[in-house]
Amino acid sequence: MVDVAVERNKAAAAPKRRKRDSLRTALKRKSTAAFLMTLPLILLISLLVIYPAFYSLHLATLNKSMQRFVGLGNFQFLFTRETFWLVVEQSCIFAITAVIFKALIGFVVAHFVHNIPAKGQRKWRGMLLVPWVIPPAMSTLAWLWLFDPSYSAFNYLLAGVGVDRIPWTGETGWARFSVILVNIWVGAPFFMIMYLASLKSVPDQLYEAAAIDGANWWQRIWYVTLPMMRNIIAITTLFSLIVTFANFDIVRILTAGGPLDRTHIFATWAFRIGIEGGDIPLGASVSLFMIPILAIAAVFILRDINKRGNEA
Amino acid sequence: MTSTAVIDKSAPTRAVKLRSMSRDRTWALRWSYFFLTLFAIFALVPPLYMLITSLKTSAEISAATNPWWVYHPTLSNYVELLTSNQFLTFFRNSALVSIFVVTITMLISVPAAFALARMRFWGSATLATGVFLTYLIPETLLFLPLFKMFVVFGDLTGIQLINKWYVLLIVYPTLTVPFCTWIMIGYFASIPKELDEAAIIDGASWFQTLTRIFIPVALPGLIAATIFAFTVSWAQFLYPLVFTTSTDQLVLPVGIITTLIKGDVFAWGQIMTGALLGAAPPLIIYAFLMDYYIAGLTAGATKG
Repeated sequence: MVDVAVERNKAAAAPKRRKRDSLRTALKRKSTAAFLMTLPLILLISLLVIYPAFYSLHLATLNKSMQRFVGLGNFQFLFTRETFWLVVEQSCIFAITAVIFKALIGFVVAHFVHNIPAKGQRKWRGMLLVPWVIPPAMSTLAWLWLFDPSYSAFNYLLAGVGVDRIPWTGETGWARFSVILVNIWVGAPFFMIMYLASLKSVPDQLYEAAAIDGANWWQRIWYVTLPMMRNIIAITTLFSLIVTFANFDIVRILTAGGPLDRTHIFATWAFRIGIEGGDIPLGASVSLFMIPILAIAAVFILRDINKRGNEA
Repeated sequence: MTSTAVIDKSAPTRAVKLRSMSRDRTWALRWSYFFLTLFAIFALVPPLYMLITSLKTSAEISAATNPWWVYHPTLSNYVELLTSNQFLTFFRNSALVSIFVVTITMLISVPAAFALARMRFWGSATLATGVFLTYLIPETLLFLPLFKMFVVFGDLTGIQLINKWYVLLIVYPTLTVPFCTWIMIGYFASIPKELDEAAIIDGASWFQTLTRIFIPVALPGLIAATIFAFTVSWAQFLYPLVFTTSTDQLVLPVGIITTLIKGDVFAWGQIMTGALLGAAPPLIIYAFLMDYYIAGLTAGATKG
């Protein structure tokens, strides 16, 4: 009974059905379904990442009121400003110093954690990763309070051992030191976790073989650990270089670029000019200077990832 | 001659060497603990100092006593903040934004990761690489064009997005989706092909394969991605600073910084309390789900 009813229905709706079926088969086809599943992702990336990236190139060629095309005028103007070169210098000092120390501290701490008995490692790892978990804007506030000009808790401790009060955020040299220190504090745990994960993946036999060959601890690190970790070290460092170079929160909250614009980096200066100063095109031109370093790092990371993809 | 000498001497030297090796080992262990303690102090001083300050009254904060100790502990800062409508608004905005962003992120990135990991189609490999590259583009490069875009969009359509908390629902996914998609591709790719082939043979559609097989099997990855999306949207500072200004639209980090710092007067007790409360949700999640958190952290580089 039911079958018959269905048959008749089918027959009646034959022309219509064919159309719907072709639609359905198209939907069932793997590539169509896959395309639909990735469509939101493609839309998001193209509308909110790729389009604004090119839009910022366009913005950089306009004048302040964004009505007149000025070509490379914004860049010419930037090159004549002393502050711009200070920002370039400080961005490089900031990113390179911070990344080097983050990598070194991460490497050393990872070894210490790896050294102790396995059952205690979890606890230490848990404590050492706390700086990475706290939102940087929140923890930088704590640092700002620790560095307070009149109530600095560090200066209180230093006074105890007879050291003069230090103008943590008030003097160029110290302010640069402070922003780097906070950045290291936030970022070193990330390196520690990455290095620890990769240390654990180095097979013990390699160390045994090295020990039998009479290698001392330095040779073990140099000839076994480092070559085995090379990939992770490279990718973590490049990744961190990008993030540190583009940092905003820490500098913005700790010094807001001061004293006398000496701690501004690209992002904070672009914010100062573009949002606070209302000159969006000039701000966009400043932030565009981050692209070369990003591009270089991205090329290396990509090469690394493709290599690993081929191995797998 | 030589061989006998070696045999004669071998027994005592070996014992000495073994003993010295185990002594080296204990010393290495002691040094490890010593330096780990130093680094742990370095890591924990700022959050502990937040806690210390949050328990003090304003009078005690400005007194010339030892700043590292609380002489008259009080919860007044907590009471004051948790009963202030403004602070609760910040907290609500943060919570709403984070929950919505996590949902949006998962709805976009899980199907996309499934398609990219399993259904090879034209351009899928390029797209996967593109997703990773997008993750490398920092928000500090995009905030100015995005700001201008929303202004222009408001002028064209009359829909004002600037200075509304929900504008963050549009921009935050650009930070979370690429990474979540990337690590989900890694997790999905590690699921054996036989599993979904069996499901297809049994007549499951692609959608059923995703919901019945992939999501349950890759649940740890899903949790790690969820945690990542949540912590990123909870901690984001630049976008809310740029896109929202009125106090009823602010999220927690920006709210604390713009409202509690009034000119040169810093209400440090309240600022530290607010910062601690703002840091609490990620810290609580981390305390309970540390392994997932770390899995998400290391997945970006070790998987794929």
